[in-house]
Amino acid sequence: MTGNGAEPGVAILGAGHVGTVIARLAAEAGYRVSVATSGDPEDIELTLQVLAPCTRARRVVEAVADADLVILAIPLHRFGELDPALLAGKVVVDMMNYWPEVNGFLPEFDREDVGSSGQVAHRLAGARVVKTLNHLGYHQLDEEARPAGDPERRALGVAGDDPAAVAVVSQFVERIGFDAAPVGRLYAGRMLEPDGPVFGRPMSRAEFESSLVPVAA
Amino acid sequence: MSQEEAVAMAGQFPLTFGLDTFGDLNHENGEPVSHAQTIRNVVEQGVLAEQVGLDFFGIGEHHTDDFPMPAADVVLAAIAARTSRIHVGSAVTVLSSDDPVRVFQRFSSLNALSKGRAEVILGRGSSIESFPLFGYDLADYEELFEEKTELFAEIMRGGPVTWSGRTRAALTAQDIVPHLDAPMPVWIGVGGSPYSVIRAARHGFNLMLAIIGGQPARFAPFSELFHQALTKFGQPALPIGVHSPGHVAETDEQAREEFWPAYRDIITRLGPSRGFPAPTRDFYQREVGPRGALYVGSPETVASKIAQNLPILAANRFDLKHGMPGMSQQSLLRCIQLFGTEVVPRVRELLVTTAAA
Repeated sequence: MTGNGAEPGVAILGAGHVGTVIARLAAEAGYRVSVATSGDPEDIELTLQVLAPCTRARRVVEAVADADLVILAIPLHRFGELDPALLAGKVVVDMMNYWPEVNGFLPEFDREDVGSSGQVAHRLAGARVVKTLNHLGYHQLDEEARPAGDPERRALGVAGDDPAAVAVVSQFVERIGFDAAPVGRLYAGRMLEPDGPVFGRPMSRAEFESSLVPVAA
Repeated sequence: MSQEEAVAMAGQFPLTFGLDTFGDLNHENGEPVSHAQTIRNVVEQGVLAEQVGLDFFGIGEHHTDDFPMPAADVVLAAIAARTSRIHVGSAVTVLSSDDPVRVFQRFSSLNALSKGRAEVILGRGSSIESFPLFGYDLADYEELFEEKTELFAEIMRGGPVTWSGRTRAALTAQDIVPHLDAPMPVWIGVGGSPYSVIRAARHGFNLMLAIIGGQPARFAPFSELFHQALTKFGQPALPIGVHSPGHVAETDEQAREEFWPAYRDIITRLGPSRGFPAPTRDFYQREVGPRGALYVGSPETVASKIAQNLPILAANRFDLKHGMPGMSQQSLLRCIQLFGTEVVPRVRELLVTTAAA
């Protein structure tokens, strides 16, 4: 733990429709939550106060500095503006997706061999990138979160190359209201992407696991 | 905000009801009619909307074979010419890929023709085809919408406009005609972005919540955010509306069966590009149920759902997005008739009961 509070710290980058939902779920789960955008923290204070109470608006550098977990809740076409040096050594959750219809055409992501998280990890060399939270929509994350053991609880796939990072992220997924379903290495996270078998479909862990088709390395 | 506060907030404004269409391509006897016939059908829908007592008829800009409706203002003008009371407006105007000066000019002309019955709803809509069509990059979406909304707000203030930005040529003390001689309400359509809620409040534009999937109650915090942001920016209280898809027929079963194939087909067709899976019948049943976003059913079912959600959302306006590509003009006209003559009076009745309770 690098945080100084009693609870682990989560930095959420992005305060749009996705970031505010994750911030609220994380705060409700007891995490110390900071939310940062490229702009002035003051600009998002009211939004957080109403949509994600008990979270704090901060600058990116400060939010990331004492976070145990950094969540990228920005659109993929803004990812290039993020300074990779800030995230070196950090556990980073990549919940972004590549949709040309939304992001515009992004040549570096327009390839099928590595998946978008592979490209994200490549650019964030030094960060411990884990892919999850990307295959349900923000409104599904908002509506489907359930306590552990609830028969209606849904699964979120978790993929990453660093086992310790995957463990931290899986615990986060469990605490905000979902079953963390390991899907293997980061490249296997391609199964969680748009056009994949689980994308946009809330499922129980058993349904989730039976829907996955292993992806060759 | 408590339910009582929400009801009080919405109660400052008259309760109004409208219909929205995207120019959904009609089918007759299982075959698509022409784009031109679909556009003429929309005019008939607008005229009927006034006859059955509705307050608003909106047309959303789209540019595809499913929704051949790129020039909503032209079609609205045709409806305005054949009506005298109903308001006519966009639902939405994709401002990011348009020019704010031209949008103002077209709608202030419509306001002139209709004697003060024009409204503008600005937004992205759920479609993005206008970006490549007009040579814009989707990656610039946020900047385009931010700057163009700012310029549009500046024009709406009246008087000479001085503005500069990165997305269009600068203006210096520019008179933009035709001047408005009657108010023209401006709304911002919001599908989920808190930034859009803040933007609407900052400019003093009304808020239109576009709720097309999931639980409507999930949007209640947005109404609260709008309310608090208006206070923060020193703006007066402003109306909140809800736009949701649906269909009304004599019975729940008939409405559901008429709507389902069209809904299933269009969502299945759009899904791959928007990132949602093809809808299952179970998914549809949830959406048409009391906690879903679709207002599909008999007049009583649809009325109860509207009356249940408006107070939760602190809203005083409900626009039913009627029709889907593949539905017949006859079933749409029947839906409009039932919506105006049965659903709306019943919602008013139910809301009086709620307010008194």
